[in-house]
Amino acid sequence: MLLPPLISQTERHQIVGIRVFFAMDGVNREANNREKIDETEIDSKSSVEIRVLFFARARDLTGVADMPLEVPTGSTTQDCMEKIFSQFPSLKDIGGCIVLALNEEYVVDSAIVRNRDELAIIPPISGG
Amino acid sequence: MALSFEDKTLIEILDENCRIDLNKYVDSVRSPQSGAVATFAGTTRDTFDGKVVVELRYEAYVPMAVRRLKSICSSARSTWNLDSIAVAHRLGPVPVGDSSVFVAVSAVHRSDALDACKYIIDELKASVPIWKKEVYENGEVWKENCEFLERMGPSPSPSPSKGCCRSKVRVAEIDGPDHMESPEAETLDKGQNGKSVVDVARK
Repeated sequence: MLLPPLISQTERHQIVGIRVFFAMDGVNREANNREKIDETEIDSKSSVEIRVLFFARARDLTGVADMPLEVPTGSTTQDCMEKIFSQFPSLKDIGGCIVLALNEEYVVDSAIVRNRDELAIIPPISGG
Repeated sequence: MALSFEDKTLIEILDENCRIDLNKYVDSVRSPQSGAVATFAGTTRDTFDGKVVVELRYEAYVPMAVRRLKSICSSARSTWNLDSIAVAHRLGPVPVGDSSVFVAVSAVHRSDALDACKYIIDELKASVPIWKKEVYENGEVWKENCEFLERMGPSPSPSPSKGCCRSKVRVAEIDGPDHMESPEAETLDKGQNGKSVVDVARK
């Protein structure tokens, strides 16, 4: 897994403002989630359930566009990927060049996932 | 008439079969105070590496793509003195000759508009989660932007398959095996891909 500096130098200058924008988004998302699920019940659980999205070649290799994934509380995105790789060994074909996004932001492997997080498998992009 | 940042930044990810209306986006960035409108149109071309391209198919992680584009436009505004920005990207099948992406930037002076326009399309190709599959008469392949791969840098984990370039190509071997043997040639788009640049500047 790679940890790409996908935020450009120019964007870095603005990162404080961007983070605020994203953080507010996150708050809104959590507020929505609370309506659907009892937070106290989650805290007492020893595992969290996240949603995994597969795009482009990752979807072709796994045969699924998205799926739920249950991992122990405190698991990192790296832990999640190990579980996903064991479930879909064919995904290792592109393991060296995929990046991850957690809740619509590029992340490093050490990020801890929380209940109802959305983890996206991003193969090399080709927009434009 | 002071429009907010949001009002002056238009970002649209278009559904399948929606052609990009270039005039609509150019008009959306025009203003009396802007002496320059710089635009970039990315257009599907009919051949790649000697193979006939039938069409390109695009897909996106739409909410994240919009979020990244907002961030890119925001940093462009912090670097150059801009008036309005419009970015449109089409999804689904895009026939040869149609535009798949369009960027329009207005500014008081042309250098700001031109530089920001180039920055936005370069950043889009490097970090916005959109994918394109090139469909040939005898197969198809997921493309990979060199801007993305360059920003990833050298792989920190040794990979026996040398990145993701191997076994990516799914093209029937009617022209012999050489296409299968040279995935790098398939991979590096070089960012050219038949793009054309139109600069509409006015004093």
